[in-house]
Amino acid sequence: MHATNYYKATSASDAANKLDAAEDGMILAGGQTLIPTMKARLAAPSDLVALRMAGLTGITRTGTEVTIGAMTTHAEVGASGDVPACLAALARGIGDPAVRHRGTIGGSVANNDPAADYPAACLALGATIVTNIREIPAADYFQGMFDTALDEGEVITAIRFPDPERGAYAKFPNPASRYAMVGVFVAQTGGDIRVAVTGAGESGVFRHAGIETALAADFSAQAVDGVSVSADGLLSDLHGDAEYRAALIKAMAKRAVEAI
Amino acid sequence: MANISMTVNGVSTTRDVADHTLLVEFLRENLRLTGTHVGCDTSQCGACTIHLDGKAIKACTMLAVEADGAEITTVEGLANGALHPMQQAFNDNHGLQCGFCTPGMIMAGIDMVNRYKASGQRLDEAAIRHELEGNICRCTGYHNIVKSIADASAKM
Amino acid sequence: MADGIGARVKRKEDKRFITGAGKYTDDVRSENQAFAAFVRSPHAHATVTAIDDEAAKAMPGVIAVLNGAELTGDGIGNLICGWAITSKDGSGMNMGAWSALATDKVRYVGDAVAVVIADSAEAARDAADAVDVTYDALPAVAATAQALDAGAPQVHENAPGNLIYDWELGEEAATDAGLAAADHVTSIELTNNRLSPNPMEPRSAVATYDAAEEHYTLYTTSQNPHVARLVLSAFYQVAPEHKLRVIAPDVGGGFGSKIYIYPEEIVCLWASMKTKRSVKWTSSRSEAFLTDAHGRDHITTAQMGFDSQGKITAFKVDTIANLGAYMSLFSSAVPTYLYATLLAGQYDMPAIHCNVRAVYTNTTPVDAYRGAGRPEACYLIERIVEKAARELNMDPAELRRRNFIETFPHQTPVIMNYDCGDFHGHLEKAIAAADVAGFAARKAEAAARGKLRGLGYSTYIEACGIAPSQAVGSLGSGVGLWESAEVRVNPVGTIEVLTGSHSHGQGHETSFAQVVAERFDLPIENIQIVHGDTDKVQFGMGTYGSRSGPVGLSAIFKACDKVELKVKRIAAHLLEANEEDVYCEGGEVKIRGTNKSLGWHEIGLAAYTAHNLPDGMEPGLKEGAFYDPINFSFPAGCHIAEVEIDPETGVVEIVKFTAADDFGTLINPLIVEGQVHGGIAQGVGQALLEQAVYDENGQLLTGSYMDYSMPRADNLPSFDIAHNSVPSPSNPLGVKGCGEAGAIGSPPALMNAITDAIGTEDIAMPATPAVVWRAIQSTHTAQAAE
Repeated sequence: MHATNYYKATSASDAANKLDAAEDGMILAGGQTLIPTMKARLAAPSDLVALRMAGLTGITRTGTEVTIGAMTTHAEVGASGDVPACLAALARGIGDPAVRHRGTIGGSVANNDPAADYPAACLALGATIVTNIREIPAADYFQGMFDTALDEGEVITAIRFPDPERGAYAKFPNPASRYAMVGVFVAQTGGDIRVAVTGAGESGVFRHAGIETALAADFSAQAVDGVSVSADGLLSDLHGDAEYRAALIKAMAKRAVEAI
Repeated sequence: MANISMTVNGVSTTRDVADHTLLVEFLRENLRLTGTHVGCDTSQCGACTIHLDGKAIKACTMLAVEADGAEITTVEGLANGALHPMQQAFNDNHGLQCGFCTPGMIMAGIDMVNRYKASGQRLDEAAIRHELEGNICRCTGYHNIVKSIADASAKM
Repeated sequence: MADGIGARVKRKEDKRFITGAGKYTDDVRSENQAFAAFVRSPHAHATVTAIDDEAAKAMPGVIAVLNGAELTGDGIGNLICGWAITSKDGSGMNMGAWSALATDKVRYVGDAVAVVIADSAEAARDAADAVDVTYDALPAVAATAQALDAGAPQVHENAPGNLIYDWELGEEAATDAGLAAADHVTSIELTNNRLSPNPMEPRSAVATYDAAEEHYTLYTTSQNPHVARLVLSAFYQVAPEHKLRVIAPDVGGGFGSKIYIYPEEIVCLWASMKTKRSVKWTSSRSEAFLTDAHGRDHITTAQMGFDSQGKITAFKVDTIANLGAYMSLFSSAVPTYLYATLLAGQYDMPAIHCNVRAVYTNTTPVDAYRGAGRPEACYLIERIVEKAARELNMDPAELRRRNFIETFPHQTPVIMNYDCGDFHGHLEKAIAAADVAGFAARKAEAAARGKLRGLGYSTYIEACGIAPSQAVGSLGSGVGLWESAEVRVNPVGTIEVLTGSHSHGQGHETSFAQVVAERFDLPIENIQIVHGDTDKVQFGMGTYGSRSGPVGLSAIFKACDKVELKVKRIAAHLLEANEEDVYCEGGEVKIRGTNKSLGWHEIGLAAYTAHNLPDGMEPGLKEGAFYDPINFSFPAGCHIAEVEIDPETGVVEIVKFTAADDFGTLINPLIVEGQVHGGIAQGVGQALLEQAVYDENGQLLTGSYMDYSMPRADNLPSFDIAHNSVPSPSNPLGVKGCGEAGAIGSPPALMNAITDAIGTEDIAMPATPAVVWRAIQSTHTAQAAE
């Protein structure tokens, strides 16, 4: 790992200021992706601005919404009775127990790894990404692999989720990395059905209109069976080609529906 | 450089470290606690698993400066006169062969038993196997590791 | 004693490992420690035209940057291959030169070009990144199937067409005749997938040169420190043998990959002398994927003939074995004498012919990995026999029964002489334990849930305890494959056993002590096993090929014979009795028919004070022995795998895995079963998960655990292990070796279960979910077309 300078931010705005002052700074949340990337020398930030003392943890429920601080770990979300059960279940399946003790929801959403789980939840549940300067609807936030609507110096402070009427996430893990090879989040919120797919798309997380339409007409696994899932735009790699991923999208969507 | 203080295996420790020093490097090289091992560089093998404020974490995926103020337990800190029940169970059930993944397995095992007991869930064989996702062993085929953790779970 | 042969003794060595007190090579830190980082080729094939190390040398903490020209200039020898294979035309191997640091060309991604020695590992790494190597990239060949193609890029100039040797075993004419006369011939084409060994402890070396003594000490992750010392001194001229101490302390798994003496160990020793600093190198996992010798990588076509009764008439095999970019230490022997010699399996085959062409490619060198040649043989035999049973509409168990060897000794057509076995017994025991009778009902029940259930057999045999020295010498081995031991009774009566075997997870400190405890009826606590240090143990050939039991323990047993003789003479002398009446019991040496006895401390004291010994007896009580085996041992057994496949995702769940094994005498069943568990897990890895994959340019695509699928706990079931032991007549303890059987027997059982479930033979290892799903799709498409 290359040398770097470490700073502890006391708040999100302090973090933004420190990031501003840095030559080539990066935010350090839970570090479960950033540290391995730095170890592999694929990232070499001049400065790291750590959020662990920035007061961004905690889960707050207000009516039918829950706000999860950006630095809340996957383990904390997974154990929380305040978050929708489908979201807690998703958090309990991210990485492994040790990773869940350090990895954070804000870090995951900021990184937008195409094989990460949270982006599917955000998109399917219609989350709002709250930053130090604005609020961004999930639909506008995810802009492609590792690409988000965040501007330079913008720091995620929390993610806000409305309670769905129903929802579930089904993941097919990559046999090696255990990241999602295909993850499908099916949710119904305010009458809207959204189906978000992670792990499979060449441009990161996306919604599957065909499955959404089918489920709107008939919310059942059989309805998913009737959908033709195209392999166009899906990833192919040594663990599975686009056609296989298309089949997995269907299989995982069915499983999610059955789990509801 | 940063001046950091933490409690490691019950002993208060203060050291100067470079900002980019990994916690596992700090434990192995600065404190010479070589029971915590490094088996991969992608945070998957779990040989470096330790407890940070009572929770299992991978010491290869955390900066030492981030542990400033924390309470850390490594495999060297478990036996308090007698072996910890998890350590004993690994011996009783032949839960180790080459021993390299073992410290991480033991730390992960204790963590999972603690969590399952705290939440009142049953730690059956399937649950143990699932919970071991982040710890790789090449020798045992996991058969006796799973038995060891189940055995310790009954005694912890 | 309760802790003797056959007892499930908890391991003595565990305490240091479970308390974090194990001492592995990377835990060693010398005074004034310096660190090495290697500059490695990013190209699979290239000419090195320039190395600019000026910037690197100027970086803080850098002590030296060294390259291949300097290495060879100092007279350091090229890496050797220790087994000469003769081609069928009588010619020798076409072997290309391998320098520890490349001098002119690089031939695989990861080939070392230069090394940086610095005050910290980090400074060394930073400077290694700053060494500017100019490469002239050349076309590369990575795929086994393409290595022999006309026009394929040449890996070594002196291996035309990339052919290292073209070797055969068995009678081709008799085999062809057997096939021609057969009522049915089953043909198969198989790939045995390339594997990355992945012991959890990455390789490491700490080399320290003592200028005043002109002496070197090397701590290294080795399965055979004495062999390392021999090769480093005799062939690489790094240090004279008497001035080189090699210590293999706690070693975190080997599986074959730590047999070999790698470039990094040579370079650390040499660099220590050059820099007058202790030099340490520890591999990262990424480096391990690139540089640890890989395993397997065969392409094979074969035909097996059957008569009208289902009896095998002949077996013909043609194999291409990929040895990678350079010939590693035992690479040449693996696809020949460790492979073709086992092609009879458990069957009475009248004729076998095997042709093997070994080839160079621009990939990591390939050598022995758990099983080494025998898994490849077993996979081929057991897949083709199962396929034949399906073609003949026979129960695969029944086809095996009709062909099992039933009388011993049995001379196969491919060198091996099986000394004993009970192949029917293993099969029936496994069939009962696996409840094969209930399978049809389980399959139907699974089908009702939309799942495909399959059952597969593997009746494996392998050869352990390598090997009679004269025999291997006549076949081209450069070394003898005996083992040595020394048994020292101390003046206080405790015993130290020095062994040339090396434990890197096998539990020798316990199982070896059990044998001595049994032998002298002493408490196991009084016995200490010493290994892994060339300054302590006189010599040894090390641990691989499941040889520590059959060969290493036999040497200890033989040394115990000599100790016992002397103990009896001393006791008879002191107690005024006949030697033949002396026996060991309950921790004492006793005289039969009397109440006279001596403690071992009294015997020891008498031996070392030498005040009152029989006339002419030398003082002291310490005996050494070399044991050269008279034959291989032949572990065998039956594995039955039952799988359930989800056709929607292709996921294979192993619902039950049964093994009935014959390892001869079991010293410690707890340890033996652990070896079987681990072996099966590696077999499951090969069958379902693991493969080292290169792209067409020779770039390794599976260079980390992000892409190389290691078996995790949730990929595996608990295993059902049974023993059906027939003691080996070929060694004094009757042991057979158990370290590799699991990895040898399990892959075909799993693949036979999968092919049974999905109804097609057309599927290759690893049967990942994507591969299985694709095979199911193809089968359905084919069925729909019919």
